[in-house]
Amino acid sequence: MSPHSITTHDHYLNAGYGVRSWLLTTDHKRIAILYMISITFFFFIGGFFAFLMRMELLTPDGDLVSAETYNKLFSMHGITMVWFFLIPSIPSVLGNFLVPLMVGARDLAFPRLNLLSWYIYVAGGLFTLAAMIFGGVDTGWTFYTPFSSTYAHSNVIPVVIGIFILGFSSILTALNFIVTIHTMRAPGLTWFRLPLFIWAMYATSIILVLATPVLAITLAMLGVERIFGVGLFDPALGGDPLLFQHLFWFYSHPAVYIMILPAMGVVSEVITCFARKKVFGYKFMAFSLLAIASVGFLVWGHHMFVSGQSAYAGMVFSALSFIVAIPSAVKVFNWAATLYKGSISYHTPVLYGFGFIGLFTIGGLTGLFLASIAVDVHVHDTYFVIAHFHYIMVGGAVMGYLGGIHYWWPKMTGRLYPEGWAKFAALVLFVGFNLTFFPQFILGYLGMPRRYHVYPPEFQVLNVLSSAGATILGIGYLIPFVYLIWSLRHGKNAGANPWRASGLEWQTTSPPPVNNFEETPVVTGEPYTYAEEESPGG
Amino acid sequence: MMHGFPIFPPAASTTAHQVDALFTGLLIMTVFFSGLIFFCITFFAIRYREGSKASRANARSEHLPLELAWMIIPLGISFVFYVWASTLFAKMHVAPPDATEIYVVGKQWMWKIQHQQGNREINELHVPAGRPVKLIMTSQDVIHSFFVPAFRIKQDVLPGRYSTEWFQATTPGVYHFFCSQFCGTSHASMIGDVIVMEPSQYERWLAGESTGTPMASSGEQLFRQFGCATCHQANNTGRGPSLVGLMGSRVALEGGGAVVADREYVQESILNPAAKIVRGYRPLMPVFRNQLTADQVSQLIEYIRSLGGSPVAAEGSTQ
Repeated sequence: MSPHSITTHDHYLNAGYGVRSWLLTTDHKRIAILYMISITFFFFIGGFFAFLMRMELLTPDGDLVSAETYNKLFSMHGITMVWFFLIPSIPSVLGNFLVPLMVGARDLAFPRLNLLSWYIYVAGGLFTLAAMIFGGVDTGWTFYTPFSSTYAHSNVIPVVIGIFILGFSSILTALNFIVTIHTMRAPGLTWFRLPLFIWAMYATSIILVLATPVLAITLAMLGVERIFGVGLFDPALGGDPLLFQHLFWFYSHPAVYIMILPAMGVVSEVITCFARKKVFGYKFMAFSLLAIASVGFLVWGHHMFVSGQSAYAGMVFSALSFIVAIPSAVKVFNWAATLYKGSISYHTPVLYGFGFIGLFTIGGLTGLFLASIAVDVHVHDTYFVIAHFHYIMVGGAVMGYLGGIHYWWPKMTGRLYPEGWAKFAALVLFVGFNLTFFPQFILGYLGMPRRYHVYPPEFQVLNVLSSAGATILGIGYLIPFVYLIWSLRHGKNAGANPWRASGLEWQTTSPPPVNNFEETPVVTGEPYTYAEEESPGG
Repeated sequence: MMHGFPIFPPAASTTAHQVDALFTGLLIMTVFFSGLIFFCITFFAIRYREGSKASRANARSEHLPLELAWMIIPLGISFVFYVWASTLFAKMHVAPPDATEIYVVGKQWMWKIQHQQGNREINELHVPAGRPVKLIMTSQDVIHSFFVPAFRIKQDVLPGRYSTEWFQATTPGVYHFFCSQFCGTSHASMIGDVIVMEPSQYERWLAGESTGTPMASSGEQLFRQFGCATCHQANNTGRGPSLVGLMGSRVALEGGGAVVADREYVQESILNPAAKIVRGYRPLMPVFRNQLTADQVSQLIEYIRSLGGSPVAAEGSTQ
């Protein structure tokens, strides 16, 4: 037996080796791994689309791909990244793995539904992928009518069906989390003893359950108009095109919070662990998650300030959009305060945590530019918006996901990754990200519209900077991909709790046994009980 | 034009500098708060690094006044920016009543522009400096958006309705306009130039270029050509209601209710007459949806307007 062997105890990874043992598993930990493999696959597909777009945008002329191909690239980039990577990312991978462990349960409430949700995800994913390979779609991920319902000639219906199917996977996962968190908490684990990651999963699940059906309805209506010519959205058929936008954003704005709340949960865990200090303002942190989830349902109209919606409605949505920023600000201040008088050590997860806070702060504050209706009139549908939401979705959600993967990787696999490479990759990602997206703020204010594959020559310098950054960012994503796989065989044995973290998930062995805990844990105190003298990392 | 490495596009309208001022205000706020956060994180991360000598005595994990402070202060700042942005928007939204009205039609993938005097342009818009100009826009197919960065204005252009935006250009010159709402394959080619001219030069351009007839006259011609006059007689003796003085008036509808006759109502009544029937009349009028282009509908509206009434008042009351 090699010195790095972790086969000395029975755990979920050595409980069975056949294909059946994976494809028919109901173990939440194995399903998390299945999800991780699937979303990583879609992440690199979506990233490849983005890479081709950035290469096209190196020059003002359309010299690499045709207008039609470019339109399909940005549409498929958005669809892949939003629905097949970002929305399932933290909930379906880390949430699946951690929710039962963190509440001290043996599995989720409905293990078979959990497996079903993965199959639905795969079915929706393969269906959409086939639709992309055999023709693609050119409506943008937003499917605005009447373009999508009447005028587009691409595979709108197959892609919409794929997303429709996928929605059920989100709903099942969320339902499972809500029931598990309500009914399966270990003895003594009261609501205010829950880790903030669980609060984040809870808030996210509520949005998923309430908003996803609206997306399904909207897409079904789109299909009915496109296939049967029933006039719902196209004025030529007696419909209203703004109705589509209202319905679409009623889902898609909360969808942004589906992406960012889980990342906030991850960052709270990471910051408190590596500062060796209880998270500052625990209750404010928990309630701000719920506040964002609720108020987030009331701000969809800020996507429609110049759409033709009434000016008064615009002003109300503007006010609500300012208000939804407050709980986000509360979170940022509390993270910073958590560091005060802590005992901070610099391991890879906390670098992602710091990166998240910085990039999310910029993403959030630039959101206020867009909430300011007079400025939004100018920057709406320009690269300013692109930069803003990539700061949230990539700088926030993806950094949070990668931070979480690095934090819980030892728990999931029993192995440590090479720390030096991991820190290097975090740095490359941070630099690459900012170089890609910061110039886009300026491009947007200068007036470059989004979804243009050709552009006036005065925009070239900033586009070249952005494309250069995208190359660095792409390399940054490949490095962890390589060393994490490498660590599966060659990484050092992690032990049960390499960071000396406080959560229940760290009290069991790494990788955890099939039933998670030898004995049901009993919780006697508040979360994040860090004593100063202990230090994380061996 | 700016040289070197500009952050602001050229500002060539009366509101452009005000938008830039608000943007600058937001930028200062953003730099302040992100600077504060970056400073705190960096400072704490160094001072309280593992093993440092800094005192950790009396470390706390909650502090109610602090929590309230960082809720109330950002809320106050938000309120200031909200009021600033909304009042500016209100000003940018409502056009002065004396604005020169120019019709714009978006279609895949070009912009067609019609001046009242009959001048037509494609992907070019000639306007006078120093006078308010109001664009009255509709689409023939999908949603487009008329965006002039130098004026800091943008408004989606929808099929089946008229949307408007206005500006007062300050500096003669040539400025880009873009379609900013994705509209299909050649979306990125749906661009053009606003050519801002001195008023006297603009008058010469209008007179010199004019080969067509004024919009209202073209509308009158269409009115006769399509036989509208057979039913819509001026003395109200036809099978359809008289259109004299229609624009801006309240029209009682069959089945109860009333509507203010604005451009959208007239457009709908031409394209889909059965949608709203004037009280006392029967739904006899044929559908003109596939017989008239958006340009022609605009010409008919201008003709009906020339018969009296005020569409400005009508629009004000529906928004």
